[in-house]
Amino acid sequence: MATITLLINGSERKVEATEDEPLLSVLRNRLGLTGTKFGCGVGQCGACTVMLDGKAVRSCRLPATKVKGKIVTIEGLSANGSLQPIQQAFLEEEAFQCGYCTSGMIMSAQALLSAVPKPSDDDILEYMNGNICRCGTYQRIMAAVHRAAEKGGKA
Amino acid sequence: MKTEQTKNAAIIEPSAEAQLLELEQHTVEPLRHFFEVSRRDLFKLLGSGLIVGICVKKGLTQESGRATNSEDAATDLASWLHIGEDGKVTVFTGKAEMGQNIRTSLTQQVSEELRVPMASITLVMGDTDLTPFDMGTFGSRTTPQMGTRLRSVAANARGLLVEMAAKHWSVDPATLLAKDGMVVSSKAGKRISYGELTQGKKLVEISESDPEPESPTQWHIAGSSASKVDGKAFVTGVHQYTSDIIRPGMLHGKVFRPPAFNSKLISVDTKKAEQVPNVAVVHDGDFIGVAAPEPELAQKTLALVDVQTQAPPQIDDAALFDYLRKNPDTEEHGRPGGRGNNTAGSVETGMASAAKTLSQTYTASYIQHAPLEPRAAVAEWQDGKLTVWTGTQRPFAVKEDLASAFHISQDHVRVIVPDTGAAYGGKHTGECAVEAARLAKGAGKPVKLVWTREEEFTWAYFRPAGVIDVKSGIAADGKLVAWEFHNYNSGPSAIDTPYNVPNKKIEFHPVKNPPLRQGSYRGLAATANHFARESHMDELAHLAGIDPLQFRLKNITDPRLRAVFEAAAQRFGWSKQKATPELGFGIGGGFEKNGYFATCAEVAIDRAHGQVRIVRVAQAFDCGAVVNPNGLRNQIEGAITQGIGGALVEAIHFADGKVLNGRFRDYHVPRFRDLPKIEVELVDRKDIPPAGAGETPIMGIAPATANAIFSATAIRLRGLPLMAKPLELKA
Repeated sequence: MATITLLINGSERKVEATEDEPLLSVLRNRLGLTGTKFGCGVGQCGACTVMLDGKAVRSCRLPATKVKGKIVTIEGLSANGSLQPIQQAFLEEEAFQCGYCTSGMIMSAQALLSAVPKPSDDDILEYMNGNICRCGTYQRIMAAVHRAAEKGGKA
Repeated sequence: MKTEQTKNAAIIEPSAEAQLLELEQHTVEPLRHFFEVSRRDLFKLLGSGLIVGICVKKGLTQESGRATNSEDAATDLASWLHIGEDGKVTVFTGKAEMGQNIRTSLTQQVSEELRVPMASITLVMGDTDLTPFDMGTFGSRTTPQMGTRLRSVAANARGLLVEMAAKHWSVDPATLLAKDGMVVSSKAGKRISYGELTQGKKLVEISESDPEPESPTQWHIAGSSASKVDGKAFVTGVHQYTSDIIRPGMLHGKVFRPPAFNSKLISVDTKKAEQVPNVAVVHDGDFIGVAAPEPELAQKTLALVDVQTQAPPQIDDAALFDYLRKNPDTEEHGRPGGRGNNTAGSVETGMASAAKTLSQTYTASYIQHAPLEPRAAVAEWQDGKLTVWTGTQRPFAVKEDLASAFHISQDHVRVIVPDTGAAYGGKHTGECAVEAARLAKGAGKPVKLVWTREEEFTWAYFRPAGVIDVKSGIAADGKLVAWEFHNYNSGPSAIDTPYNVPNKKIEFHPVKNPPLRQGSYRGLAATANHFARESHMDELAHLAGIDPLQFRLKNITDPRLRAVFEAAAQRFGWSKQKATPELGFGIGGGFEKNGYFATCAEVAIDRAHGQVRIVRVAQAFDCGAVVNPNGLRNQIEGAITQGIGGALVEAIHFADGKVLNGRFRDYHVPRFRDLPKIEVELVDRKDIPPAGAGETPIMGIAPATANAIFSATAIRLRGLPLMAKPLELKA
C-alpha cells in the first residue's frame, strides 16, 4: 500500500493505493468518483475512459501508482455547474439508452474534440471504436459529436 | 366514445394465461407473491396529500397463480400515485428502467392524464417495499399494460381533484377543467392548485372501476417526443447504478467459479485464505466466496482457496445442432396448451398439390446479452432484515429467491432496482443478489458484488440456440399452399406464419438438458423464427421467380403487415435497387407482440476477403399509437444495431463445459465501425392502443441481411451468425 497524489479534476487528491491497483478502482472505490464505469477490466469496452493530459485512456488498465499528469473524469467536465457542449449534445441527440457507456463515450468524445475540433465520421470511427454501446446508440453518439463540434466542443 | 375506449383498455390488458405463457418463455422461475401496502407508511414517507390507486381485477389476481385469498385480492393494488401538498406527484410502479426509457414514457402518460407538467412527476420504480407487485419488466408489457394502468390511475386522480374543487367552490364539476396542475373554473374566473386541494389531507381513493383514459388522438404530451426525464444525471456521471452504490463499512465480494459447467466440488481448503487480515471467507455448500475492503484483495484472497473440482464430459459447440435435434424433451412436448403449435388443413395434401416445393434447415447459435453493466448487487443485513440493491428485471422474484435462500420471511427482504445498465432479457434472475447477501451475512458488513466480464459471459444464462426445419410448397402463381415449421429448442415465440397458407403444421420441440443454461433474450425465439421464415420466404420468391417483396405481398392479407412492408420498401427505394456482385439488397418482416416491422438491408461484399458489411438499413415499425416518437426511434435504431451482432458474428463457443470466447476481444459485439446508416419509418396508428417496442424491432435485421447477401452472391446462408466464416466466393 502506498500513498499517492493524483491530480484529478483540478485538485490534488492524496489517496492510498496498492501497487498494481488500477486507476479505475482508486477513482471508484477510494475517491467515490463512480461516474467512471467498470465494463470489462481489460480495456476492451471503453466504459472506464478518462482523460489523462487531454488524451482518452482506459483507467482499468492503468496502475494508479504510475499515473503522472492531469486526470479529468466525467465529474470534472461540468465541475463549474454548466454542461460542456458535448454533454449538452448527448442530451439533445438523446445519445444513450441505459447510459452506462455514456461517461466513457463522453470522455472519449471530449478527448477527440480536443485533438480534432471538427472531426469527420471517419475520425469518430477511428477514435471511438474502442467504446462499446450495447444499446446501439452509435448513430446518435456520432450526431452528438458533430453537434458539439459545431458548438465549439472543445470549450 | 368513452365506452369504446374502455373496451380498448380492457383488450390490451393481456389475459393472465397469456402473461404466464410469456413469462414461461422468458424464465422458469415460479411466482408466488402478492402485495400488501400499509397506506399509513406511505403518508409517513410522502407527507399528507391524496393517494389514488386502482386494483387489479380479482379474477386476474387469482388466475395469475399468486397465493392469495379473496380478502387479499380486494386490496391488491396494481398501481398508485400520490399528490402532495406541494403539488408534486409521486408514481409507484414495480417496473424497472434499464434503458428502454419507460421512466420517461410513463411520466408522459401520467402527465397527459393528470394534467400536470412532467417536471412535477417522480416515478418510484422497482422497490419491493414501496411499489406494487409486478411480475417483471419483460415481454414488452410496460407500455400496453403499465402505461394503460397509470393513465387510468391518473385519469381517476384528475376526476377526484375536479370533484374536490367542485365541492370546495360548491359548483358543478362539469363546469371545471383540470390544467397545469390546477383545477380551473373559467366561468367563475377561479383556479386552485392540486397542492392546495390536497393540503392537510390523508385521502386514499382506490378505484375498481374500468379505466377511462384519453384516446391517443386527444394526446398532447404523450404522443410527442420527450427527452429522457433524468438525462442530465447520465451525462454528468451522477446517476448511481447498483455497481456505484457505496454503503458505510462496505466490503467487495468475489465468488469462486469452477473451471467448467456442472462441476462438483471434490475438496475445499480455505485455511490460507482465512489468514488474510480484514477478509471474510465464506464456504457454504457449493458456495465459496470472499469479501474484502478492496476488490483486488478479495480476488487475491480467493486465489488462496484451494479447490478441487470435477466436471463430467460435455459436448462442444460443433455438436450442438445435432444434439438439439436428437434430444427432444417428450414430457414437455406433450404438455397441453400448444406452446405455439398450430395445424391447419393437411401439409401432405398441400405439398402434393404444389408446383414447387422446398425443404431447408436454419440454425441459431447461443449468444450472450453482454449488458455493459455486469450483474451487480449490494447487500446489507440490519436487525435480521435484508436489503439488496440489484439490477434485475424481476425485483419481486429476486425478493422471493432471497427469502427462500436465507429461510427468512418475505417481509424481511427488500429489493431495490436502481435504473440499470441494461439487461436485454438477461437479468431475470437473482444469483448475484443471493451471492452478495450470503457474503454480507458471513462478513457481518454490507457487501458489493459486481460480476467480472468473464463471469458475465460464462455464468449468466444464454439465448437458446436452435434448429429450425422448414418445408413448403407454392402454387404456380406463387401462392403458398403448404408450410411446415419445426423449431428445436430456441422457442415458440412468433413461430406461426403471418402469411396465408391453407395447409400448415407448426411445432416447437423443447430439448432435454440443453448444453448451456438458457433463458430469456430480447425478443426470445422470435428472432430465430423470423430469420428462418423470412429467409425461407426469400428462397421461395427466388424459386418462383418473383420479386421478394411482391412475393410476400401476394401472400399477405393483414393490412398492418402489408403497410409496414410497403413503408419500408418505399423508404429504402426497394424497387430501384439492383444487386451487383458487390452490393446486395434484402427484405424481411413480420409481427410479434402487436408490433409490426419490415426491414430492408443493403450489404457491401468485400469479395477479396469474403467479408460483409451492412451499409444501410430502412425499417418500418408499427406498434399502434406512439407514446414517445424520439424514444421509440432510439429503441428501433438500437435494436437494429444490437441485432447486427447476432445476425453477423455473435456466437458463444464452448467445449468441455467451458466458454471459449468470454471476452469482448473474442466475442465481437457491434461497434462504431459496424454501424450502417439506419433509417426508421414510424407508422403511428393512433387508432390502435400502444404496444411495447423493446423487443420486436430487433427481429428483421438478420433475415434482411441474409437475403441481401444472397442477392449479391447467390450464397444462401442459413445459420446465425451468418459470418461465422468468410464467404466462399468464386473468383
